Amino acid sequence: MVSASTIKSLVEKKASSLPEKTKQELYERLIKFNEKYKLKKAEIEAIIQEIVQEYEKSIVEPGEAIGTVAAQSIGEPSTQMTLNTFHYAGVAEINVTLGLPRIIEIVDARKNPSTPIMTVYLDEEHKYDREKALEVARRIEGTTLVNLAQSMTMDIINMEFVVEIDPERLEKSGLTMEKIKKKLETSFKTAAFEVEGYTLRVRPKKVEKISDLRRIAEKVKSHRLKGLSGVGKTVIRKEGDEYVIYTEGSNFKQVLKVPGIDPKRTRTNNIREIADVLGIEAARNAIIEEITKTMQEQGLEVDVRHIMLVADMMTLDGEVKPIGRHGIVGEKASVLARAAFEITVQHLFEAAERGESDPLNGVVENVLIGQPVPVGTGIVRLTMKLPIKPKE
Amino acid sequence: MTAKKEFAIFDHELVPEHRVLSEEEKAELVKKYKIKLSQLPQIKADDPAVQALDAKPGDVIEIKRKSPTAGVYYYYRIVVGD
Repeated sequence: MVSASTIKSLVEKKASSLPEKTKQELYERLIKFNEKYKLKKAEIEAIIQEIVQEYEKSIVEPGEAIGTVAAQSIGEPSTQMTLNTFHYAGVAEINVTLGLPRIIEIVDARKNPSTPIMTVYLDEEHKYDREKALEVARRIEGTTLVNLAQSMTMDIINMEFVVEIDPERLEKSGLTMEKIKKKLETSFKTAAFEVEGYTLRVRPKKVEKISDLRRIAEKVKSHRLKGLSGVGKTVIRKEGDEYVIYTEGSNFKQVLKVPGIDPKRTRTNNIREIADVLGIEAARNAIIEEITKTMQEQGLEVDVRHIMLVADMMTLDGEVKPIGRHGIVGEKASVLARAAFEITVQHLFEAAERGESDPLNGVVENVLIGQPVPVGTGIVRLTMKLPIKPKE
Repeated sequence: MTAKKEFAIFDHELVPEHRVLSEEEKAELVKKYKIKLSQLPQIKADDPAVQALDAKPGDVIEIKRKSPTAGVYYYYRIVVGD
């Protein structure tokens, strides 16, 4: 019978090459079996040795074409995904891009995803109460005059723009007529505003043509009265025992400053924005999460290791780069490898112009030339140390 | 907005722990993996995490990543200027 502390030190000493999680599991299992079978010290050592050997056998070998394997492993299940871009899934009322289009969007590292969404978690004070959650949502939700108006008319005789506000919507947005007037007055110096009940009159200070009135009306209509820029509708949903706000549109930097939210968990599906605000490592995690989530929604399972490889490659240079012509493939060192992928002629012309040479180190170039490919056993080279001068 | 303290990015779920390596640790790293520092993955000097740590180009950042397969492992990035 060996004590738990001896097992612990044995694991630490003999199995130091194992990853943390495996070590932990090994230790726990050893404790369990030790209780059951009363192992000897030599037996434990033998078990550990066996495990380390098995682990080393399962490690990816040098020369394994992991990129190709990852591409196949992600590509194959992707063929079974929906081709539907739009779907009302997960969140009611908010549009989310799903399936293959979403995967392409992530891998292409688009500046703006087609359906940016923020998931805003709330702090202790606000997360259990619907009213309080609504209060926070109002701070985030972007509201313009168009959102509040019941009707809008252009009074050409008096040269006025008349907006009838819907009292119900006004109430819901948490604004008052006075607030709207004040807000508009500070933003527009060229016009006078008049409030009468629920009617708002916009009178430009100097107008010569109707087009002037029209122009100012357009501006007033779309002026943001409150909320964050880039954010539209918000939806509150109960998840477990807390309320979570989903927003259409994303403004990650600003939303983190809104009082009442939990900045530790709040996130966006715009990976570039995450890279800008939280850094490249957070972006890597976001890529992994987003791809895994999209796959799971479609009922597909891909080993994380493949996705981790993709995310690592995309963030290798400290910025989020797409996979493809404009990113990773486009920056390959070999001219032939680039030419073999896309826009062949252009790459060859450019290489000729610059007088580039190709040392034929990569896989694609060697396939093209018809030489053994540096993958697997092909990666092994034989070097001989020849005596430069023969010994006498 | 000076009264309310700016939210520290390292508190966010998505951001792993970052640490700047000392010169000795850098030498050790190079020796352990038999690499040149320039072969390391990069991180931009204007990356929010680098700014928060006040690291300079040429520094090596050690990142303690959480992984579903290995539990915890370390990743290294070298800070590069723009």
